[in-house]
Amino acid sequence: MIRFEHVFKRYPGSTPATDALADVSFESAAGEMLVVGGHSGAGKSTLLKLISAIERPSGGTVLVNNQNVGALAQRAIPYMRRNIGLVFQDQKLLYDRSAFDNVMLPLAISGFPPKEAGRRVRAALDKVGLGNREKAMPIALSGGEQQRLAIARAVVGRPGLLLADEPTAHLDPGTAHDVAEIFRDFHQVGVTVIVATYDTQLFPGARRITLDHGRLQ
Amino acid sequence: MTVWLRQHGSALALAWRRLAGAPTNTILSLLAIGIALALPAGGLMLFSNAQSIIGKVSAKPQVSVFMALDADRRQARDVATRLGHMDDVESVVLVTREETLERMKSAQGLGEVLDALPTNPFPDALVVTPRDDRPQALEGLAAQLRRLPKVEHVQLDSAWVQRLDALLRLGRMAVMLLAALLAAGLVAITFNAIRLQVITSRAEIEVSRLLGATDSFVRRPFYYFGAVQGLLGGLAAWAIVHGGALLLNAPIAQLASLYHLDFVLVPPGSADAIVLLGLATSLGWAGAALSLREI
Repeated sequence: MIRFEHVFKRYPGSTPATDALADVSFESAAGEMLVVGGHSGAGKSTLLKLISAIERPSGGTVLVNNQNVGALAQRAIPYMRRNIGLVFQDQKLLYDRSAFDNVMLPLAISGFPPKEAGRRVRAALDKVGLGNREKAMPIALSGGEQQRLAIARAVVGRPGLLLADEPTAHLDPGTAHDVAEIFRDFHQVGVTVIVATYDTQLFPGARRITLDHGRLQ
Repeated sequence: MTVWLRQHGSALALAWRRLAGAPTNTILSLLAIGIALALPAGGLMLFSNAQSIIGKVSAKPQVSVFMALDADRRQARDVATRLGHMDDVESVVLVTREETLERMKSAQGLGEVLDALPTNPFPDALVVTPRDDRPQALEGLAAQLRRLPKVEHVQLDSAWVQRLDALLRLGRMAVMLLAALLAAGLVAITFNAIRLQVITSRAEIEVSRLLGATDSFVRRPFYYFGAVQGLLGGLAAWAIVHGGALLLNAPIAQLASLYHLDFVLVPPGSADAIVLLGLATSLGWAGAALSLREI
């Protein structure tokens, strides 16, 4: 499903010239749950950004479903992203619209028929335990609820691959545990899940790789 | 196909929501666009109306012969008879000074002025329709007429018509130039409005891109925003021109009656309206396109 071959990433203008990722090679099979650990600044976010083609590698190849996403034409990237569910570190919710409309956005982008889309949005909100909050504005939701809303938006398009960047940061241990549980549920129904987190203990039983200053340990 | 239609529909709906969501901005923009378009549209309306009158008038060039004030009616009739026998003259109409006075008195505001005058200031006049209406022939005829006894003044009516026509052509050209400048202004207005929209929707644009939105998905609502704003601005311009024509019609009819013209200001017809709205819409679209080059 995902293969990194000697991947390097250096951001332009970084001083001193350091690699965010250096010679990273690993493979992850379809349906696997992979936890990427490491200290802050180890390159976890960069790794996820390379998979979702938000960034391109400076060297090496990143293959997703045997497709070299680093060499993808700019115009092909949107369609490739629609097969990936993304949960961002800063959530990136839209605060000017309801929970329902936030989750609706990916379906609107791919041009879903509104009726079917509405059913899917409700199903996704139910799945993360926000079934009764669809009219709430994100600002009215607690930190844990906002994180679950972000997850609902990531999975509403039923992607085969779910990427999450520090999904339990800023959450109290109980809430963090609940959120981790949701990812395990998706893994159990066959979704490939990759979670970048400093707290790998939250995902027992998942395969684990650890980054240290851009290198795999 | 249905996906395509649906996405265009929702982009249009979003553009509409954005316009309705900031009513003050929207109304001010529409006013600016409306005025910018109404100026040249109104100018062109006035000029084409004026030219249509000239078309009517100049179809038959005439020569006005004014008798001296001390000439009596008999002398005027003599001159008329002599003119009637001339080869170059098709017809002659005698307009007596009393008729002229009555006509002028019926005009608004002039009645009191004329009453205040001790004597009738108007001379008897002869309106001559020449057989040959080429400028040189007219000049020759005028020179002949000037030599007649008790003739004070001979005026070629076609001369002022020609001068006015040239002046109107110049005016039309100036309005066209103004239209081009104001069209550029309209593009600038839309450019700014869209730029502002893009800045306020930055988060939405970024998130949409991350979730797999194509460039056209992101840009589409802004294109519609520009086009709809242009269209509504065009409607505002049309309303302004029509309202202006309505207000001007009464005084213009008054003025026209002084010249014995049956004339009302004809507002732009539906073909003109379609051109105006189409132009406004495409200029709005162009402003949006200019604004969206960098996102």
